[in-house]
Amino acid sequence: MKKLGNQTYSFDSPPTIVDCASIVGPKEAQGPLGKYFDLCIDDEFWGEKTWEKAESKIIKETVNTVIAKSGISSAQIDCCFAGDLLNQCISSSFGLRELSIPFFGVFGACSTFVESMSLAAICTESFAENTLCATSSHFCSAEKQFRFPLELGNQRPQSSQWTVTGAGSAILSKTGSGPYITMITPGKIVDMGIKDGNNMGAAMAPAFCDTLTTHFLDSGRNPSYYDAIISGDLGYVGKEIVLDIMASKGYNIKSNYNDCGILIFDKLKQDTHSGGSGCGCCASVFSGYLFKELRARKMKRILLIATGALMNSTSSQQGESIPGIAHAISIEI
Amino acid sequence: MNPLESKQTYQQYVEQKSPNSPILKNCFNAFWVGGLICTLGQIISNICKERGFDIATSGTIVSIILIGIAAFLTGLNLFNKIGKFAGAGSLIPITGFANSIVSPAMEYKSEGYVMGVGGKMFTVAGPVLVFGISASILIGIIYMIFATESITLV
Repeated sequence: MKKLGNQTYSFDSPPTIVDCASIVGPKEAQGPLGKYFDLCIDDEFWGEKTWEKAESKIIKETVNTVIAKSGISSAQIDCCFAGDLLNQCISSSFGLRELSIPFFGVFGACSTFVESMSLAAICTESFAENTLCATSSHFCSAEKQFRFPLELGNQRPQSSQWTVTGAGSAILSKTGSGPYITMITPGKIVDMGIKDGNNMGAAMAPAFCDTLTTHFLDSGRNPSYYDAIISGDLGYVGKEIVLDIMASKGYNIKSNYNDCGILIFDKLKQDTHSGGSGCGCCASVFSGYLFKELRARKMKRILLIATGALMNSTSSQQGESIPGIAHAISIEI
Repeated sequence: MNPLESKQTYQQYVEQKSPNSPILKNCFNAFWVGGLICTLGQIISNICKERGFDIATSGTIVSIILIGIAAFLTGLNLFNKIGKFAGAGSLIPITGFANSIVSPAMEYKSEGYVMGVGGKMFTVAGPVLVFGISASILIGIIYMIFATESITLV
């Protein structure tokens, strides 16, 4: 592994993503990517008594699915990286407590999936044979923790995003025939003073642009190197802002840039306003859709940049602004 | 133009870039749904008065019935849909108040009846109660100072 420029690392022997799995909720199943997911659950409780338990079950079953699909047993996995949005990451720790794999809990808000993949890739290149990453989010448990009760009759602002109910999981291995994680660019925390918790896309867009330009400068690559540059979940508002900022920096990414939060829902039919968000959004879109496209070689080089808003409900009540972060991984086959 | 020139320029830029709520449509829906709820209240009130109740008792009966309906619709997962459509139209009348107490009670039932339902029931309505009661005490004091005669009349 070697360092390029300021904050990009390229792997000498790039780890392979052996397999991915995803499970999503009913609303995500009705979205444009519905047919790509491994399993779509019929209701938000999935037979459990609480939404928190349901979310744990979703991440647990996603991990079981990826283990079954990859043919790599849990005993062969050296460590796992997992995280979610609930306080102290209970969905992943409760969901994976019976797994008996050394466990690292990771928090990077909605950027957790790519953060986990970056850490897992580093471990896989150095000491581990196989590693696992998984993240989840649940619309109901996230609303309960961050916003209002579900049954409250209020109106959501146009710039707000819809937390995805779902999970994604991936197994990385030292050996394999790709797709490979070839580079990572861990992001810096960027805070441009946005305080509106209903406009996360605007809060995270500067961090995304910072990581993306740094990646281009460090790696010497340009936007056209990638078949697709995909952001974690900036939504429609964030995407517009990103295109403006990147244009002002002299990069044109209009033709190959898209966003997981935009891909997962149909804005007009599903009334999701600015698009999807949550740890499960980037995880399920990558595991369900992008990974399959890479495997089918419909896309050969993608840059996945998950973005996170590093706040909680107390910080926003105390009037703090929302720091954003974005981590990038380059995946090639 | 570089939107990231300074925090201030970025905030102004975001303000301009973010989509606005459809204010005209929202106001129109709030107006007719709110009006409909108030008309319903007036009909109940008139019926009560015709049956021989005085104004104060009729008002109480109206409140009880509207709160009952709103709580019931909240439980049926319908009030949030009305609220999303009508906004302030269903929020400002007493129906919104009922919804703001029933919805957290339902949400936090999973944390038990004491700390969940009991403890969290007023998370949304709490501020309304605190400031509503404070305001009424303040108005009461002002009323007492300037209109002592009319108090004795009541």
